[in-house]
Amino acid sequence: MTAIQHKPVSPVAHLTPEDVEELGRLLDEIREEVVSSRGARDAEYIRKVIKTQRRLELGSRAVLLASLFPPAWVVGTIGLSIAKILENMEIGHNVMHGQWDWMRDPKIHSTTWEWDNVTPSEHWKHSHNELHHTWTNVLGKDNDLGYGIMRVDEDQPWSPALLGQPFYNFLNMLVFEYGIAAYDLELFALGKASAEKKAATWAKGKQVLRKVRKQVLRDYVLHPALSGPSFVPTLAANAVANLVRNVWTHSVIMCGHFPSGVETFTRKSIEGETRGEWYLRQMLGSANITGGRFMHVMTGNLSYQIEHHLYPDLPSNRYAEVAPRVQELFERYGLTYVSGPLPKQVASAWWKVIRLSVPTKADLDKRRARKARRATGRRPAVPAQQQETVLEPVA
Amino acid sequence: MTITKTEAVESTSTRTRTLSRTLGRVAEALCTPLVPADYLDIVAPMRPGARRAKVVAVRPETARATTLVLRPAFRWPGHRPGQYLRLGVDVDGVRLWRSYSLTGPQRPDGTLTVTVGALDGGAVSSHLQSVRVGALVEVDGPDGVFTLPDVAPAKTLFVTAGTGLTPVVGMLRTRLADLRDVVLVHSARTADDVMFAEELRDWAAQGRLRLVERHTATQGRLTAAALADLVPDVAERETWACGPNGLLDEIAAAAEAQGWTQRLHTERFRPVLVEPGTGGTVTYGRAGVTLEADGATTLLAAGEAGGVLLPSGCRMGICFQCVVPLTEGSVRDVRNGVVTTATAEDPALVQTCISAAAGPCALDV
Ligand SMILES: Cc1cc2nc3c(=O)[nH]c(=O)nc-3n(C[C@H](O)[C@H](O)[C@H](O)COP(=O)(O)OP(=O)(O)OC[C@H]3O[C@@H](n4cnc5c(N)ncnc54)[C@H](O)[C@@H]3O)c2cc1C
Ligand code: FES
Repeated sequence: MTAIQHKPVSPVAHLTPEDVEELGRLLDEIREEVVSSRGARDAEYIRKVIKTQRRLELGSRAVLLASLFPPAWVVGTIGLSIAKILENMEIGHNVMHGQWDWMRDPKIHSTTWEWDNVTPSEHWKHSHNELHHTWTNVLGKDNDLGYGIMRVDEDQPWSPALLGQPFYNFLNMLVFEYGIAAYDLELFALGKASAEKKAATWAKGKQVLRKVRKQVLRDYVLHPALSGPSFVPTLAANAVANLVRNVWTHSVIMCGHFPSGVETFTRKSIEGETRGEWYLRQMLGSANITGGRFMHVMTGNLSYQIEHHLYPDLPSNRYAEVAPRVQELFERYGLTYVSGPLPKQVASAWWKVIRLSVPTKADLDKRRARKARRATGRRPAVPAQQQETVLEPVA
Repeated sequence: MTITKTEAVESTSTRTRTLSRTLGRVAEALCTPLVPADYLDIVAPMRPGARRAKVVAVRPETARATTLVLRPAFRWPGHRPGQYLRLGVDVDGVRLWRSYSLTGPQRPDGTLTVTVGALDGGAVSSHLQSVRVGALVEVDGPDGVFTLPDVAPAKTLFVTAGTGLTPVVGMLRTRLADLRDVVLVHSARTADDVMFAEELRDWAAQGRLRLVERHTATQGRLTAAALADLVPDVAERETWACGPNGLLDEIAAAAEAQGWTQRLHTERFRPVLVEPGTGGTVTYGRAGVTLEADGATTLLAAGEAGGVLLPSGCRMGICFQCVVPLTEGSVRDVRNGVVTTATAEDPALVQTCISAAAGPCALDV
């Protein structure tokens, strides 16, 4: 993809500003309907998911006490992996979005929730809820576009280090929760940071380390120790469950914004963005995953990425319900609802990571031009990736 | 070295304490980032110590009031007759907290009773009319200063109306034996609307108290003058009154005029309000929520409606459990219109349950 403003034919050229505002109004209407009908049914849903998750976790850990016995290891590891995924995705991520705050249950509230992830929920709410959801797919603003280490858009500049990005992405997948913690701390940009910034990062880093220590103690010391003679198999089961969760969440998250068909935006284009334009950006900047109910729950309903980005704080069980109406709006306004089965979307996202690691002739030309500019001392005031001429916001 | 018996006992108990603390810490480490209670709540929500209660019996008290018998899971700290507890109930998925007076002593089987009057359009009171036996409710308390002194006064008067009878019946059920010369003036719409009617009428028949029932549908509301007629020695009696604000205001005015204010004790179920002022934009700083609230909506109600978790207790300005720092702007006390203003340098502590926005304001919560 290329930033929407740089495309020869913009996918939103046919919309007038009035269309965009009307679209926003219709999306607001759907939102209002859901907000005013939230109630016992929804509360029951999240409580049931939490109950199921905790029972599954306890059950799996109980089975793992006998993990020396291979069938027990297999059953326990599968159960624990599923429990860990549910905890992060359908529960943690969504609770932290404030999707369930309306219940006023202090035990299921964005301000009190702590999840089983080495990134403290406080950091996550800032980097994910505040930054990513506000700046979705805006080049140079949304860190999720490649996590600051990869190039996932033609408009991000190429450099030789990016040749290794398929490998980085693979590594990141294996240790994804640590990758998220590292990129929340902006460790990759620390070299250029001010002393003040470094001190702040260190303070945040200590909080991450505290969580790492607790997780390691729980998964790799205490639960294995409880298993007595099954110490090593239980430790392995925990390691595998954490690995499975890393691979799964990484894949799901790649599917949200990287597959082909998803649009990106330049920073200038969103200055003074209206509510309607914001909605439009969320519609074009996200991709869904198709599948069965179990798959949707396991992705934390991020398979309804489009609906989630339109309504990040509505209860996740409602995304499936509003999806047909949202899709109908896409059709009515001639927009592309990007969606596909998990393997296809994962492959599409991976292909992009691989494809963009190799420069085209144009990428090399741009790189040479950038170097020449730097050599003549005309340092760009803003990072190169925001240097391109920005077309007028379309429509 | 000789170890005395007490020393041995002491060191054993210290050891048990250290051991249980260590075990507690291990359990926490096993459950992180949750706490053991989060798992226990799933498998044993009524485990000893949980701050909740099971509804073990529900019986209609009148056509518009229901008595709930509750068995707390935790060790009830005991209460003085006249005190109330707070119930946290999920109504259509939303946790709401309301206060209910205890209508009697804790029973030998550990149960507590409250009686809830139905209020048209009342969220919790309507919900509790049809609560199921076996339902779990969150519990907090007891609390309240509307109580009898340890030494019974020589002459006692109770003036109640509607559900205002609940704390008083709690006092009578516990202390009637050691009270002498008791008069109860109770107002209800009709004879059938009198809660605990049989019990009250029995006590009256036995001569243990003088009961005056006033049926407002036919006799009209009780006035201070009517009260003086019914109870000529009202000024000499230690008086406890609970009921609608109109009645309490009238009695308070009479007591003031006749000089027996010190002998009057009142309990209100809702604050007395003045004309609302202008509202404003309220920022709940730490929660990151900003919303518009009108001058009649309290900062507590507005915040809760916006999904903010706020501390609260009685919700009517008496317990101070809802106090939070106001860091910017002005708020108005909905009971008397008094405006409190704060700046970042000079924050003020305000009760959210009786304060409404008076222009833009920010709370550090
Ligand atoms: C210390 C204390 C003890 C209490 N003890 C009891 C008790 O033993 N039994 C009992 O039934 N209630 C008691 N209450 C009242 C109870 O806490 C609730 O306020 C009541 O049940 C109404 O709650 P709701 O959610 O149904 O109404 P809400 O949904 O909160 O209110 C609905 C509407 O009714 C109005 N309203 C609220 N309260 C009253 C009222 N008391 N009279 C008239 N209109 C009102 C509101 O302004 C609103 O317009 C007590 C209150 C306090 C502060
Ligand atoms: S809640 Fe009791 S004073 Fe506000």
